[in-house]
Amino acid sequence: MQKNRIHKGGQINRDKSLRFTFNGKTYEGYEGDTLASAMIANGIRIVGRSFKYHRPRGIIGSGAEEPNAIFQIGKGATTEAAIKATQIELYDGLIATNEKGWPGLSLDIGIVNDFFSKLFGAGFYYKTFMYPAKLWKFYEYFLRRMAGLGRAPKEKDPDKYSHQNTHCDVLVVGAGPAGIMSAITAAKSGAKVIIADEKAKFGGSLLSSNDEINNMPATDWAASQQAVLEQFPNVTCLKRSTVFGYYDYNFLTICERCTDHIANPEPNQIRQRLWRVRAKRVVLAQGAFERPLVFANNDRPGVMLASAVSDYVNRFAVLPGKDVVLFTNNDSVYATAVDLKDAGAKSILIVDCRSDNESDLIKKMKSIGIECRFNAVVTDVIGKNTVKGVEIADYDYQSNVHSQSKTNRNCDLLVCSGGWSPAVHLHSQSGGKNKWNKENHCFVPSKIKQASASVGSCNGTWSLSECLKEGIACAQVFLSELDFEIVDCDAPETKEVELNPIMPLWRVKDECDPEFSPKQFIDYQNDTTVSDVYLAVREGYTGIEHVKRYTALGFGTDQGKLGNINGMAILAEALNKPIEKIGTTTFRPAYTPVCFGVCAGEDIEALFEPSRKTALHNFHTNINAPFELVGQWLRPWYFPKNNEDIHDAVKRECLATRNSLGIMDASTLGKIDVRGKDAVTFLERIYTHDISKMPIGRCSYGLMLGEDGMIKDDGVIARLDGDHFYLTTTTGGAASVMSWLEQWLQTEWPELDVYLTSLTDHLSTIALAGPNSRRVLQKVGIKDINPEDLAFMSSRKTYLSGIEIDLFRVSFSGELAFEINVDSNFAMHIWRILMEAGKEFDITPYGTETMHVLRAEKGFIIVGQDTDGSVTPIDAGLGWLLSKEKDFIGKRSLLRDDSSRENRKQLIGLYSVDGISVIPEGAQLIKGKADSGPTAMCGHVSSSYYSPILDHPIALALLESGRNRYNEKLLAVSSDGNEIEVSVTKPFFYDPKGTRQNVE
Amino acid sequence: MLLIKCPWCGNRDETEFSYGGEAGIKRPLEPTELNDAQWADYLFMRKNSKGKFSEQWNHSLGCRQWFLVQRDTVTYEILNSCRFDQVTSKNKDTD
Repeated sequence: MQKNRIHKGGQINRDKSLRFTFNGKTYEGYEGDTLASAMIANGIRIVGRSFKYHRPRGIIGSGAEEPNAIFQIGKGATTEAAIKATQIELYDGLIATNEKGWPGLSLDIGIVNDFFSKLFGAGFYYKTFMYPAKLWKFYEYFLRRMAGLGRAPKEKDPDKYSHQNTHCDVLVVGAGPAGIMSAITAAKSGAKVIIADEKAKFGGSLLSSNDEINNMPATDWAASQQAVLEQFPNVTCLKRSTVFGYYDYNFLTICERCTDHIANPEPNQIRQRLWRVRAKRVVLAQGAFERPLVFANNDRPGVMLASAVSDYVNRFAVLPGKDVVLFTNNDSVYATAVDLKDAGAKSILIVDCRSDNESDLIKKMKSIGIECRFNAVVTDVIGKNTVKGVEIADYDYQSNVHSQSKTNRNCDLLVCSGGWSPAVHLHSQSGGKNKWNKENHCFVPSKIKQASASVGSCNGTWSLSECLKEGIACAQVFLSELDFEIVDCDAPETKEVELNPIMPLWRVKDECDPEFSPKQFIDYQNDTTVSDVYLAVREGYTGIEHVKRYTALGFGTDQGKLGNINGMAILAEALNKPIEKIGTTTFRPAYTPVCFGVCAGEDIEALFEPSRKTALHNFHTNINAPFELVGQWLRPWYFPKNNEDIHDAVKRECLATRNSLGIMDASTLGKIDVRGKDAVTFLERIYTHDISKMPIGRCSYGLMLGEDGMIKDDGVIARLDGDHFYLTTTTGGAASVMSWLEQWLQTEWPELDVYLTSLTDHLSTIALAGPNSRRVLQKVGIKDINPEDLAFMSSRKTYLSGIEIDLFRVSFSGELAFEINVDSNFAMHIWRILMEAGKEFDITPYGTETMHVLRAEKGFIIVGQDTDGSVTPIDAGLGWLLSKEKDFIGKRSLLRDDSSRENRKQLIGLYSVDGISVIPEGAQLIKGKADSGPTAMCGHVSSSYYSPILDHPIALALLESGRNRYNEKLLAVSSDGNEIEVSVTKPFFYDPKGTRQNVE
Repeated sequence: MLLIKCPWCGNRDETEFSYGGEAGIKRPLEPTELNDAQWADYLFMRKNSKGKFSEQWNHSLGCRQWFLVQRDTVTYEILNSCRFDQVTSKNKDTD
């Protein structure tokens, strides 16, 4: 039974009742309710337990400021934690579970923390669990169980999310009165407008207001203006959409909740959409947050904000209490008192700390029978689990003290208003500054940094008519800046009563020291009290950012929207400084919590990163080769036959290549075409060896160094013509080398006539290796490739099956070998021809693993595996590639003393002494025994394999003074502590003289 | 997110660009004539200016051209961007 539901009014659909469960119990609400309004309608008072003291808490607000009603929503894979009940629309079947309190909400064992609360001041955990340090693991186990809000689902998120990028002339944030007028003004003049509001309907504060605009109820006016805006083709109206981030250059992010309010969304419907907007101008019209008042036990369930109570009464037709006390320092509660009276509240008393100035507003109260008590404050709340009454005392605002004699008043609802704070969040995120307004006692936007303006109550403007006018004026300024012809827009008519000024009342001062008085809460979610702020000051924290971190003020999911300004004012009081000297903490995105799903959008799983496939990919998948990810490339790792494991397959592939013929897809190599009359000059500066002496048709192995002298990349360079070269880079380095070369050309040597073209995807590379590689090429009709026609390290253009190919005689295996470059469109055709022709030689496709074994047997390095950015060519044994006659990038660095240091790590080979153990890659090399205490590491293993042709393990390693230590015995220690005795050798294991690449 | 003006393509999101560090670092013509300290200065030392800063950017996910940007490192404001062949004496003064 919805015992607090008012029988008429509200913007709810009474014909459509919806069922929801809270902590397992089923309740009913109506379409149009939020979860919070439905809970209040059902008389649910205690909605949670507080973070530290486990005190009972109730709903206090009605929007993003709510600190208490935070629930786990839903179950299974779509469950979400830390959702504010005030911001979730009710749908049929909604499941809400509260996140704190054991065994139940009305009896929470943790309440003992409240009785011992003197022990639990700010910094309690820091101070208590420090000693003894070794017990931390024990403490942590229990503390972790107590901490945290809610839980994340373990299952994969089944929902779909989307990103939308867009531009607009004017983005209006917030569709309250000011925002609506800005949007309409801009829309009429033809500007491209986006207006976003977090609620389901436009109207903002008007949705719960009893004001009239243009002689109609404000809610109707808001609905009519929403309809007008939706008619404009140049306006995008985003409802249920929170602008949560304001970044550089007017880039803003909006989270649109598309299906969160729907019980059973269509499959594949987008759940949430992230709008990424670049706006020429931004109108900030987000409104203001009401502040609670700070007094003893101000956190009891039944203490609520005035604006929230008006919201619940007017928008949702629920009456949160029947006997009401309203406590205020400003005029906001007066309208709420009238709302309560109209809704049927039995008794109403306004306690105002100001004097009776006999204004029209006050006269009106008295005339309709609302009791008012002036120069008085509420000092304490009676009732443990819920508000049962209040203590009231006379108050003198000049001396800021109240009398000791108190009167009690029974009530079940205490409405309070401590004034308003403009929502300066986005303005501050954009880099704008705020200043303290001494009249309204709030921070208001001052200096802007980006092309934006704050209007309405978010600019500290409280009067409705002024808000409407400000909205229009702001849009007109922007329109003229953007050169639009302005179409006139009249401000709607309003009836308003004169407001009396607010009087600051940051906390009701108790007779005794804050630390010994009953708790006065500032931040409800983190249980930060007045005494915590005083304690922080006494312990030396005086900056607001420090006090925030010491007391956790403003750290909750509401990010201090409720309590921060009160906290700053109370810090000012404790420091005896004016509040404007305290300043605010930093406002950062996100304004309200945003789920990870919508941040990721579509960029998950297969769409997370593009994967690159070679033109021969289908061949590899057809024979079920496992793939290895190299950069973004999918490269076949090995080609298993008859359920072979990787060891058997690699052994077979290695032996077939060494003994007859192997074929490999090497298409992922980076390929760069270099042309231009200064190509030689350019490449001389890039490569370490002499380029100008290379004859046309010649290839060479080339090294590129960073300017720091360390190996950057390697590959083959072929001179195709006088000023035409072709380079290969490592697979992983292709893009970065290309961009690096472009950087030198464009920024340092723009005078050089050189053109670089990436051919990586255009050309496929097929490598043939093994003593029968020449025979298979001859068999498919390629002539003139005898040793005298095509020497080792040379290249030429020829034809295969009528298709033009570039044929290179280069070898990465030490065998007689060729590489064929062909247009990727013909690659599969050529591959098939070679596979067919190679049958008589038992042609064997091999993958990256076999390639690695074959090159390691020859001691060829892999940049990035055997080098790590600290290896010079000399360290790697490639000093012979360094030209003495020219300058090249990195040369000067090699002349530093450090480059010729005796004990540099040098590339060497390793055998395991037992002849069986394969040394783990990454194992550290040490001299002596591992268990004889701390031992310096003198090197590490960079590549290690079992060599099938040699039938024993081999490894490459970088070792201090390595080349002077051949035959020395060392220990290779891997991360699991395993030790293998190894012997140092030269880094070539097979065919050290290099005769095999020249077989006939 | 910055909005950077590529001299060839116009205003684009920061995500299309990659950063290339301080501009105006000239590679010495005769590196061997420099002592180690001078070489280290060229290789490692950068200004890390507060305020106006001249830097290189690459439109790496666009036209792949390198260009010059003047940026305020405090406000992140892009003050100016130009091609390398458009460098005027005014730009050089603010290096």
